[in-house]
Amino acid sequence: MKTKTLKPRASATRRKPAQLWQLRLYVMDETPKSVTALANLRKICESHLKGRYRITVIDLLKHPQLAKGDQILAIPTVVRRLPHPVRTIIGNLSDTHRLIVGLDLRPLE
Amino acid sequence: MKNNGSNSNSPATLLPKCPTGIQGLDEITGGGLPRGRPTLVCGGAGCGKTLLAAEFLVRGAVQFGEPGVLMAFEETEVELKANVASLGFDLTGLVRRKKIVVDYVHIEPGDVQESGEYDLEGLFVRLNHAIDSIGAKRVVLDTLEALFSGLRNEGILRAELRRLFRWLKDKGVTAVITAERGREQLTRHGLEEYVSDCVILLDHRVNDQIATRHLRVVKYRGALHGTNEFPFLIGEKGLSVLPITSLALNHKVSGERIATGIPRLDAMLGGQGFFRGSSILLTGTPGTGKTIVAANFAQAAARRGERVLFFSFEESPNQIIRNMHSIGLRLEPLVKRDLLRFHSARPSLYGLEMHLATMFKEIAEFRPHVVIMDPITSLMEAGTSSEGKGMVTRLIDYLKAGHVTSLFTSLTQGGHALQQSEAAMSSLMDSWLLLQDFEGNGERNRVLYVLKARGMAHSNQVREFLISSRGIDLVDAYIGPSGVLTGSARAAQGALEKAAVLSNQQEAARLKREVERKRAAIERQISGLRSDYESESAELRRIAEQVGTSTLMLTTEQAESGRLRQADAKVAVGSRDRARNGRVN
Repeated sequence: MKTKTLKPRASATRRKPAQLWQLRLYVMDETPKSVTALANLRKICESHLKGRYRITVIDLLKHPQLAKGDQILAIPTVVRRLPHPVRTIIGNLSDTHRLIVGLDLRPLE
Repeated sequence: MKNNGSNSNSPATLLPKCPTGIQGLDEITGGGLPRGRPTLVCGGAGCGKTLLAAEFLVRGAVQFGEPGVLMAFEETEVELKANVASLGFDLTGLVRRKKIVVDYVHIEPGDVQESGEYDLEGLFVRLNHAIDSIGAKRVVLDTLEALFSGLRNEGILRAELRRLFRWLKDKGVTAVITAERGREQLTRHGLEEYVSDCVILLDHRVNDQIATRHLRVVKYRGALHGTNEFPFLIGEKGLSVLPITSLALNHKVSGERIATGIPRLDAMLGGQGFFRGSSILLTGTPGTGKTIVAANFAQAAARRGERVLFFSFEESPNQIIRNMHSIGLRLEPLVKRDLLRFHSARPSLYGLEMHLATMFKEIAEFRPHVVIMDPITSLMEAGTSSEGKGMVTRLIDYLKAGHVTSLFTSLTQGGHALQQSEAAMSSLMDSWLLLQDFEGNGERNRVLYVLKARGMAHSNQVREFLISSRGIDLVDAYIGPSGVLTGSARAAQGALEKAAVLSNQQEAARLKREVERKRAAIERQISGLRSDYESESAELRRIAEQVGTSTLMLTTEQAESGRLRQADAKVAVGSRDRARNGRVN
């Protein structure tokens, strides 16, 4: 699986190291929608999950067979693999409120 | 296959077609679905959309060497495999041999959050990947409308669907898209506006508690197609559409005649029986012996070595065999030799179409020379009257095309034998025999007559129909001034006639005796008179003799006395004459 993995920027050594968020972003090529989606996702993760997340970007143009596994229809799609349960958000993630609801993110206290 | 895309008699400009392999559908559409274009199949729940689509795909892979992709939005791969396995399709094997790819697209309403803009490129990628992985020529999208419940942004969805259909066309695959029937439009979400090449509508209607499926080609751009609603059914070997109107009246006919098994009946039918391949209707009120005539016909045919298929809708095979045994018909050995085969099913077991399909299947397997339906009326009650007639028409056409002689018994209710429905059905029949009851003298007797027999001279006589332990016998009914007499009345009439003849004879004898007696009397009289006459004439003779004797004696005496008196007799006489004259003068 040749995927571009983005390591969290900040140190993930703060509390609850077990609560690592695994997110997958499915895109098709470097379209504006994909780029926007990735930027929006990073922004939200930075503000809510600093140091506790990992985003995997999967380009379906290169790996079309991977679409089936996560039941991908729409592009872009974010799949929250961990923590359970699996959650799916589609779109360029411009609607931050929907994204927070979709990922079930609670704002950091 | 019957027809395929490159139909020789169609103009070159015609659309290339993709045969479905589904029985009857290719006939209606003139060769199949438009090749390389999407076709919309819509219909309500449970009307067979998925099965039609699956059969299109499976037959494509098996019969036409065209691999296919099935993208299922509602059923999982496992469910689909199980469902089509019931139609005898080995989807698992086809998937293993890379003839078919099944991709289950799971969409749970409310499961997906939408945030901002998106497209359905993921779907395209999956479809494209599936198509390319096996070089698919056929694609089925089973209920694409599931997307509408999963995705909220209808604007995006519609734009993407439009793009999808265009993409499918560009890809050159023949696609079948199923969709749920809408209230006012063909599909619930108006998919027909994207798929404009071919639309097939499926329907599942219930009439009198019996469901019948119908198929209609609503639209077929650039091709002629049957526009009627065609009944179809889902049988053990998949779908079969039964086009009524595509059957033409051009079957060959035979001049061969076959015996009915009742010699007198043969005699009534121009002495030779029915035509081979003709259809015969046998109408009668309950208990008039329809099954018996049918069984006789069956036995006669089977004894000639022909195969007979007996469809019974009211009695079980064993019951028929037992009952016919009581009138001297031995059907069992014929069944054992597989010349006679029974097929019993209650009419209410399933709908007309299913019955028809079962019958077609049986007929195709057994290839009988003679088919008997006993009684067709109870089968027709399984549907509406127009469906019933349609079914009989199709059945007869099917049988005639195969040169199969068919005998249908028809039960008429009540006393009147000619009912409306029979009249309608009779137009399909070549021969029509009527069995009727005559009630009178405290008994019920059966009569039989030939109402019509196309193409042969037939008797116009009513025959009394007798059933005994030796079988059927037809006897002349007494037809006299007081109408048709049967049974004991006929016997009584016979006796009456005999008595009349006897009394006539006696009367004649009496008259003869009388005459004899008279003659004798006259002769006696004559002889009496003659003897009288003879005695009288004897008397006369005696008297004459006496007179002669006495005259002689007298003359002698006078001469004697004159001589004695010496008188001249002459003088004496003369003087007497003179004296008399003197007195006159």
